[in-house]
Amino acid sequence: MNISNDQIIDFIYAEARMLDEQRFEEWLALWLDDGYYWMPLDYQQTDPLLVTSLMYEDYFMLRLRVQRLTGARTFSQKPKSRCNHVIQRPFVDEINDNNIKTVTSMHYVETRMDDQFLLALTATHELRVVDDKIRIANKRVDLLNSDAAFGSIQLLP
Amino acid sequence: MQSNTPNASHIAALFKGDQVHRDVYTSDAVYRLEMRHLFVNAWVFVGHDSQTPNKGDYYTTHIGDQPVIQVRHSDGEIKVLHNRCPHKGTKIAIDREGNTGKFFRCPYHAWSFKTDGCLLAIPLKKGYVDTPLKNTENVKGIKPVGAVHVHRGFVFARLADDGIGFDEFFGDSLSSIDNMADRSPAGRLEVAGPPLRYMHQCNWKMLVENQTDTCHPMVAHESSAGTAISIWEEMGSPEPRPAAMQIIAPFMSPYEFFEEMGIRTWPNGHGHTGVNHSIHSDYSAIPGYFEAMTKSYGEERAKEILDENRHNTVYFPNIMVKGPIQQLRNFIPMGPNKTLVESYIYRLVDAPDELLARTAMYNRMINAPTSIVGHDDLEMYERAQEGLMSDGLEWVSIQRLMTDKEDYSAEAIENGTTERQMRNQFDAWVKFMTVSMDATA
Ligand code: FES
Ligand SMILES: [Fe+2]
Repeated sequence: MNISNDQIIDFIYAEARMLDEQRFEEWLALWLDDGYYWMPLDYQQTDPLLVTSLMYEDYFMLRLRVQRLTGARTFSQKPKSRCNHVIQRPFVDEINDNNIKTVTSMHYVETRMDDQFLLALTATHELRVVDDKIRIANKRVDLLNSDAAFGSIQLLP
Repeated sequence: MQSNTPNASHIAALFKGDQVHRDVYTSDAVYRLEMRHLFVNAWVFVGHDSQTPNKGDYYTTHIGDQPVIQVRHSDGEIKVLHNRCPHKGTKIAIDREGNTGKFFRCPYHAWSFKTDGCLLAIPLKKGYVDTPLKNTENVKGIKPVGAVHVHRGFVFARLADDGIGFDEFFGDSLSSIDNMADRSPAGRLEVAGPPLRYMHQCNWKMLVENQTDTCHPMVAHESSAGTAISIWEEMGSPEPRPAAMQIIAPFMSPYEFFEEMGIRTWPNGHGHTGVNHSIHSDYSAIPGYFEAMTKSYGEERAKEILDENRHNTVYFPNIMVKGPIQQLRNFIPMGPNKTLVESYIYRLVDAPDELLARTAMYNRMINAPTSIVGHDDLEMYERAQEGLMSDGLEWVSIQRLMTDKEDYSAEAIENGTTERQMRNQFDAWVKFMTVSMDATA
């Protein structure tokens, strides 16, 4: 099947909206089983394994992360956090057969009680078309200030 | 803290032996005294020598609230200098690390210094002829800290010129650092990348106490570890277990597990959990590692090194190391209710990379600002910091498994859920706060 640029761009917008609306089950269903969500700690980090990252999470960890958010004894989510992504139009950098790569600038705001913080980030998506559906093969989130000291970042930038 | 002219008896009164006054966590006056006394008299962690491997390499950090530079001098020794120009105070180095070559040059008026701090040159020096500069300390250069000691690559410093010696301060507690380094077939560690940096709106001592608080994991971390286990069970309990199960699930171990793991305390506020076993005991073996260890140490010694599964070792006042994980966490005080936690990991030289991969995974899963386990803990600290503002009660209980005559000047091993190590820390806290204070007002 032929995927158009517009379909890809709509997909990236739709993903951000799912996160903001906390439709996490739908969001998890976007992922391929062997995908990784990577958030480097160091600017332009190349190695996810032998130095520390902020996140390098497989499907199990992502599922754990979102299921935990709704747990009866998840005290750090009483009350719950909320988030908001403001995204720039994604660049579709590659479309080869079923492999797609996009790069998207975003501003991410997360809030809980009286605290709110803003992160600027670049999200790099590796997407794959499987059974006519766009799926996330891998996602890399580079925070502009990834090496800064943060308080808790509890949702998904 | 009532008085404006604090003295030793005021400080000692904040710790009753079984209770500690909430001012130790909330009072700005107590915090300032910690910075001027405790963090000056104690030996405090600075960095690892592999962060400055070559001559002229430097790295900047803090001892308490004091900005310092760790630098490799031209003779190959590690020096620790106050990060402050003797002219007008400008920080000599502001980046986190770098190489300064043979000398430091202040960016403001170009006074220059050797890498041991000694003044090298002042531009237009004739302007100081016949001035009192020569009579002041400033003419000597960048001031070094009182004393520096490097143990198995770990750099510690004492700000005070005089005071307790390194060996006396740490005593047998150094066995935990030794075990961490011995786990390398070469007996050496190297820092692996930059640390996680996680800002906490709470007092630094809450973090230190939590390192040997074995009654919180199954409660505060139920949300993470309990959920991990239930997802895994829903999946049909697959083996090998997902990585997260190996790392996070042991936090749900029952009270008996933590009781039996044991806690050892040493004099001067040091201590560790996991005398008999720990949450790190059951990690899967990594191919080739034991063979490499046997080759270096012989089978018997290799087994002895690897059978040591200490959990958290607190080095008073403000770091924790995990030997089996090769991790060090530095709880850097930034105010009575603000603490920067830096979590470093180290590579075991000559060991398979898989060990470092597990260490890096542990660090990000447990100690990152994005870590669900980190979120569990931070929530508790910050709630405590806010709760302690209540005037309803002024004293905090650290009485669990307290016995009649606890002697903190002797090593002891006790039930793994005792709060003895917290009492041990406060005993040392009073000692190193007051050693440089007047006895009475
Ligand atoms: S402040 Fe450093 S040379 Fe003047
Ligand atoms: Fe914890």
